Amino acid sequence: MKVLRLPKERLDLFASVLQQFGEVHAPVEQNGKYAFRALSRWSDARLDYPRTILPPKKYFVPPKDTLFQYKEGLGYVPADLAADRRIILFGLHSCDIYGLNILDQVFSGKYDDPYYQARRKNVAIIGVDCIPDEHCFCHSMRADFVDKGFDLFFQDLGDRYLVMVGTALGDDMVLATGSLFEPVTPEDLAEYKQRSSAKRKAFKLHVEIRDLPEIFELEYDSSLWKQVGDRCLSCGACSMVCPTCYCFDVADDVDLGARSGSRSRTWDSCLFSTHAMVAGGENFREGRASRVKFRYYHKQRGFVAEYGRPSCVGCGRCISACPVNIDISQVISQLRGIENATA
Amino acid sequence: MLQLSETQAAPVFMTANPYQPHMARIVRIYRMVEDNYVFTLRFLDDQLASAFSYRPGQFMMLSVPGAGEAPISISSSPSRPGILELCVRRVGRVTNALYRLPNNSVVGLRGPYGNGFPVETMTGNDLLIVAGGLGMAPLRSLMWYALDNRDDFRNVTLMYGVKSPAQMLFREELASLVGRDDMQCLLTVDSDPTGTWKHHIALLPKLFDYATITPATTYAAVCGPPVVYKFVLQRLLELGFSKDRILMSLERRMKCGVGKCNHCSVGYKLTCLHGPIFTYWDAINLPEMI
Ligand SMILES: Cc1cc2nc3c(=O)[nH]c(=O)nc-3n(C[C@H](O)[C@H](O)[C@H](O)COP(=O)(O)OP(=O)(O)OC[C@H]3O[C@@H](n4cnc5c(N)ncnc54)[C@H](O)[C@@H]3O)c2cc1C
Ligand code: SF4
Ligand code: SF4
Ligand code: FES
Repeated sequence: MKVLRLPKERLDLFASVLQQFGEVHAPVEQNGKYAFRALSRWSDARLDYPRTILPPKKYFVPPKDTLFQYKEGLGYVPADLAADRRIILFGLHSCDIYGLNILDQVFSGKYDDPYYQARRKNVAIIGVDCIPDEHCFCHSMRADFVDKGFDLFFQDLGDRYLVMVGTALGDDMVLATGSLFEPVTPEDLAEYKQRSSAKRKAFKLHVEIRDLPEIFELEYDSSLWKQVGDRCLSCGACSMVCPTCYCFDVADDVDLGARSGSRSRTWDSCLFSTHAMVAGGENFREGRASRVKFRYYHKQRGFVAEYGRPSCVGCGRCISACPVNIDISQVISQLRGIENATA
Repeated sequence: MLQLSETQAAPVFMTANPYQPHMARIVRIYRMVEDNYVFTLRFLDDQLASAFSYRPGQFMMLSVPGAGEAPISISSSPSRPGILELCVRRVGRVTNALYRLPNNSVVGLRGPYGNGFPVETMTGNDLLIVAGGLGMAPLRSLMWYALDNRDDFRNVTLMYGVKSPAQMLFREELASLVGRDDMQCLLTVDSDPTGTWKHHIALLPKLFDYATITPATTYAAVCGPPVVYKFVLQRLLELGFSKDRILMSLERRMKCGVGKCNHCSVGYKLTCLHGPIFTYWDAINLPEMI
């Protein structure tokens, strides 16, 4: 991989060059929380943010996504994807990039999802490194480091960045700046190694994922699920904020008085009581306990069976979003029989 | 970001957009049973209509304009191409909207989805089809497939039970199979208020008394309401069936049919991709299955 350095005082210049590649979006602060937004000016970007409320999946699977327009005589006409604008998403943490790599697997395969894929091609990804807070456990989920899924990745080295170039598009961005980027020095590499081992030690939360699928099988009937289910409100917040939760509902809207309409998909949650309900009112996951269990089971067991790794990247969003403080890291540790998860 | 996909080839009649319904005409509505009509459909595109193929046990996503989409098993057999027959029960938004449509209306179809029955593996074996109630809808496809490819199978037996004669799906068609010498067709009703029923009056598991079954060389395909599974599966195990020679078709809520929306998951599998046909062995090893 091509690796370069960028002195920090040149970042503003780089950002201005970036605009020729698309609309720049980055985390901005709003009332003490952070969200990915289109920037009106570069100085609004906060690259030292802990985590955004919503993960970047909103750019690829929007909360409401129109798939088709129905027109009599024409049938179902796919929504125009080419019209989407080009976006540069600046400031993704590695867990969120990993989350997108996981969504890539879901939305490809035997049936490619053209809506997702088109947006993925339209959005450039620039990563930045970060310092874990009390809810982060991405190192446990092996998502604290990504080797693909970004066009550029910025590692903070104090007064400069170490910049990894992941794609040809990333390389074009670098080249477009003329000589803004410099070759790395041995000191940069030494500094990078020193910082990355310091980061590894900074994690306060640890989750052991080895043999977790087996543990989930063995503890399928554990009384823990009822305890957690009794507290859960089925609000679905944990799914909405999760970078890898992708369940969706599909519904048709009819235009008033007209013989036309549209079909769209919206975010859904397996915690909602209707998620597994079928005709006649039969519900395969009637109780909250069974639904909470399903969310964990799917991420740590089902997804592993299908895609070879858990669909959790340890971003900690569901921990900070849950109104009743249900904490995935604790649930897993309790399931393992380890009382106190936080080391 | 440009990424090279590792897509496997999909059948030619599928477009790049897996959610794209193809328009099809309702060429016949057969009001078979109250709230259970059979819709015969033909794709408007002639090429698609003749190229379209599927396996018994697969399903389609049916779109009724303005109402939405619903997964429906294919009741016709791929051995009779050109048209598709869907046997649809009226239960809710989409199915009610479908029932309001007159002949020659246009609806949307995409598919076929799901694994279908492993007919290649089943070839050379006896076939036992056990249906209860609406379970005949997907199993009819398998039955006609076997009869149309009669040399591929040894003994073919159908056992079908419903509450009363009025509820029997495909009643005339099935009655005409009784007495055929290349298959055994056993039909039963729990009770017969009309007094005109000429076949068995007994609960479905009772039909096992009238058939000679060799579990070691038989594949059993079962579909029906939960009580059917309960008693039929028990009976099959008593007869000595291996758990992977028992095949069952499952229904779950479905929104995409192509493994994306996650509504149809059972345990760690997806009904739309890994099913809807599962072996009994899968069923007892997957949480939430039955
Ligand atoms: C693989 C498969 C094969 C099926 N084959 C047939 C068939 O051959 N004939 C037939 O009549 N029906 C079949 N069904 C059931 C059929 O899909 C539902 O009855 C239908 O989706 C109800 O749609 P609706 O809009 O009319 O009802 P809705 O208004 O959507 O809802 C009525 C009820 O149906 C529930 N529902 C929504 N989606 C499904 C679903 N996928 N399955 C079951 N219930 C659902 C809703 O939660 C609600 O409780 C099959 C289902 C599956 C999964
Ligand atoms: S399950 Fe929770 S911690 Fe894991 S990726 Fe989703 S939101 Fe983040
Ligand atoms: S956020 Fe908490 S309360 Fe809400 S559905 Fe998730 S686990 Fe339940
Ligand atoms: S129906 Fe959407 S995943 Fe199976």
